[in-house]
Amino acid sequence: MNAPIAIEVLRERGQREVFCGLTGIIWLHRKIQDAFFLVVGSRTCAHLIQSAAGVMIFAEPRFATAIIDDRDLAGLADANEELDRVVDQLLARRPDIRLLFLVGSCPSEVIKLDLSRAAERLGARYLPQVRVLNYSGSGIETTFTQGEDACLASLVPQMAQSHEAAQLLIVGSLADVVEDQLVGLLTEMGIEQVACLPPRRAGDLPAVGPHTRFLLAQPFLADTARALEARGARPLPAPFPLGVEGTRGWLAAAAAAFDVAPERLDAVVEAPIARARAALARHKPLLEGKRVFFFPDSQLEIPLARFLARELSMQLVEVGTPYLHRAHLQQEIEWLPEGVRLVEGQDVDLQLARCREARPDLVVCGLGLANPLEAEGMTTKWSIELVFTPIQGFEQAGDLAELFARPFVRRALISGAGSTTRGAAA
Amino acid sequence: MKLALWTYEGPPHVGAMRIATAMRGVHYVLHAPQGDTYADLLFTMIERRAERPPVTYTTFQARDLGGDTAELFKNAARDAVARFKPQALMVGASCTAELIQDDPGGLAEALALPIPVVPLELPSYQKKENWGAAETFYQMVRAFAKKDPGATPPVVGPRCNVLGPTGLGFRHRDDLVEVQRLLASIGVEVSVVAPWQATPADLARLPEASFNVVLYPETAGLAASYLKRTLGQPHTRTIPIGVRGTEDFVREVAELAGLDPEAAVARARDASTGRSAWYSASVDATYLTGKRVFIFGDASHAIAAARVAADELGFKVVGLGTYSREFAREVREAAARHGIEALISDDYLEVEAAVASAEPELVLGTQMERHIAKRLSIPCAVISAPVHVQDFPARYSPQMGFEGANVLFDTWVHPLMMGLEEHLLGMFRNDFEFHADAAASHLGAGAGPARPAIPVARAVVAPPADIVMAAVPPANAPPATVRAEADAAAPVALSWAPDAERELGKIPFFVRGKARRNTERFAAEQGLTVITRTTLYEAKAHYGR
Ligand code: SF4
Ligand code: SF4
Repeated sequence: MNAPIAIEVLRERGQREVFCGLTGIIWLHRKIQDAFFLVVGSRTCAHLIQSAAGVMIFAEPRFATAIIDDRDLAGLADANEELDRVVDQLLARRPDIRLLFLVGSCPSEVIKLDLSRAAERLGARYLPQVRVLNYSGSGIETTFTQGEDACLASLVPQMAQSHEAAQLLIVGSLADVVEDQLVGLLTEMGIEQVACLPPRRAGDLPAVGPHTRFLLAQPFLADTARALEARGARPLPAPFPLGVEGTRGWLAAAAAAFDVAPERLDAVVEAPIARARAALARHKPLLEGKRVFFFPDSQLEIPLARFLARELSMQLVEVGTPYLHRAHLQQEIEWLPEGVRLVEGQDVDLQLARCREARPDLVVCGLGLANPLEAEGMTTKWSIELVFTPIQGFEQAGDLAELFARPFVRRALISGAGSTTRGAAA
Repeated sequence: MKLALWTYEGPPHVGAMRIATAMRGVHYVLHAPQGDTYADLLFTMIERRAERPPVTYTTFQARDLGGDTAELFKNAARDAVARFKPQALMVGASCTAELIQDDPGGLAEALALPIPVVPLELPSYQKKENWGAAETFYQMVRAFAKKDPGATPPVVGPRCNVLGPTGLGFRHRDDLVEVQRLLASIGVEVSVVAPWQATPADLARLPEASFNVVLYPETAGLAASYLKRTLGQPHTRTIPIGVRGTEDFVREVAELAGLDPEAAVARARDASTGRSAWYSASVDATYLTGKRVFIFGDASHAIAAARVAADELGFKVVGLGTYSREFAREVREAAARHGIEALISDDYLEVEAAVASAEPELVLGTQMERHIAKRLSIPCAVISAPVHVQDFPARYSPQMGFEGANVLFDTWVHPLMMGLEEHLLGMFRNDFEFHADAAASHLGAGAGPARPAIPVARAVVAPPADIVMAAVPPANAPPATVRAEADAAAPVALSWAPDAERELGKIPFFVRGKARRNTERFAAEQGLTVITRTTLYEAKAHYGR
């Protein structure tokens, strides 16, 4: 490993305009299909998940909130009994559940409700039927995607010990279609032992041991990586599988660790790379030279900015990220164009002022800011879509470019239709 | 502790945000962790507000807890006043900050800010969004409305305030326009509208009216009783929803304004275009008679909807309920008038069970009930908050007043008509034109796995009537269209044998055109010139695979 390069990072500690870690439940519950996420929190927590989940109300969801009320606040013994009662009620209703996460929130943490003890207690009651784990998705401890980190980290101690020969572990939830593609490419290269964390079913939790090598598929998994290392697994330094370069670099890291001949790697990736390049070429004319500004959101900002700068020739005005894990992002940071303004943390009002001043062509930001900025005449891309959409891997590189191109296409299409009435909300 | 899958109301500080976003010249400093900033998107995405809500969150983190979260709050408040220059500041705590007991009110006071500060105490673990909005509005009114009657000029002429419309309200924006028109039509002047677009200075002028019009007791009830208590201003109690509700409202306003009630009603009717009563009376609406309807929502909208359903559309109310416990008594009384027992619950699962067991033909509810109804395949219309982006239509779409009654007629009857179509489609699902995976009608023509048209065959035959039928008519299309289709002249290239023509006539009219087209296409492909009864069934077998 090279020594981390020196980069200038502006650190801000003001008002953040980012979701808390509870939000991860929205994609995690889709990923692990027999898991249930029970938030132990307040009406605010319930309302946050519901607002972020939007249309997913159509199915009976595999998440819920145990809403703490003033009676629970009177005495802690009471709150534990209440929680047990709620879990009993829930599991009676959902006999299909195999894994229950008790998810901590700000209120449960401030009143020091010990969810790890609750998980042990309830686990003792429900094993082997249901495994009960806990993690924190609270806004005082976690920012947005860090909730997934905390969730996956809680799974690591549950993984069986593996003494077998070398195994590759892909860490971080990806859309099933992406996961299948990436595993397919790795298998084609001759890497047979590939497992994923999180698994699609709770019972398929992979084993881990000193022969495990892991590749992070997402940039926000610092705690999970630490927990895996504590189990003897070793990380493979790599860029993240976004765009052609990132995906190739990510696969190359696996190839190197598993002694795959470079020719074989090239042979496997040749056709998908050609397809991805062709798809990117379609969007490049629209994006080339455009100036983009990232508000901090998912920690995907740096790999995304790298992709936009290197594969679509966009200019980076500012790249904000809630946290910057230098070790995991080393390759990504090296790939960034020189002199880019990186900002860690947030002070939303100051950042908005910088954004207005810079008048970028495209602003990547959260849902709370998008429409107000559009009403000011800026073109925006909702960052949350980048978390919910399959964007990793060669076959999705074009889709990823399209996500950034769409706002421009749309603006051009409707530019004649009375833009003066923008923001007629009031 | 209570298990909640979905909630009808947010926490009380979201109610306070609805007041802050509705008003002008105020800013709300909320002591809260970062995740609570999600509430901004309710306003910017659901309501499509063009500005960020006027709210500053302190976004304290765990590492601040040991240290000085109070200092964080003070800085946030100071910065917000300097940056946004509001006329007044609202300060408060969200659920988490309530637990750390920093006392935002006391802290803000200690700052000696140059503007008035209204501290909000909204107990997050007991109360909910609507109460939070009502309490906040009341605190604002209490803080700013002048209490000294001598300081206010005497009221001349019929003059009222309109209280209730907030940010993120269900059709508040359009209701307000409609009610203002209504008041103007009977010669009542509106002094102050609040909280919508009101500044603290506007609230100070509340005493300059002789009475208050309360549009939404959920948000304005507390403030209105306060104004009655302290200033002696009476207020309206009738909700102007439905034709009768609107007329009763006009009478009540007229009495409070010292006008002749019946003359006022006549003037209000003259000034409006009420079609709903006639539409409901027309023979076309006969099929609405006795439709079983389940109604759930906030108390005001649910009670009003039940009245309209029963008295103006001739439905049978088989369920009536609310998630607002604060108004349980009113809803129970209304339910008793319809001879049923009210459902008072904010438990989504309980509501779902109640809907299922009442076996309604129409559900009038919130977005939650819309989803319940979808799952149970029952037609549904939305009548109340909690709001969704669809509840902010681009067109003018009030619920109140005579125009509101027109809107109710359309929006409640439409799903029944769509439901009827679905039903007919289901009835003929095994017909050869249909297959199990046909798309639902609300997805529009062409959605789903529609059979591709073969242009060659169309070029050969294409009788003009087919084009008429190509646009599937509504189930109650006039018979003339049907006859035109049945009498369609046989195409030149192909002829229909009389037995085949008769058989075709037995197929339901609204799919007959497609049956004819498919059979002709099949015959053309087979090189036939005469279509017989057998051809028809062969075509059916061919396409029905
Ligand atoms: S920030 Fe804390 S209180 Fe707010 S929704 Fe997230 S976990 Fe709940
Ligand atoms: S058309 Fe669709 S949305 Fe409308 S009532 Fe029928 S199923 Fe519901």
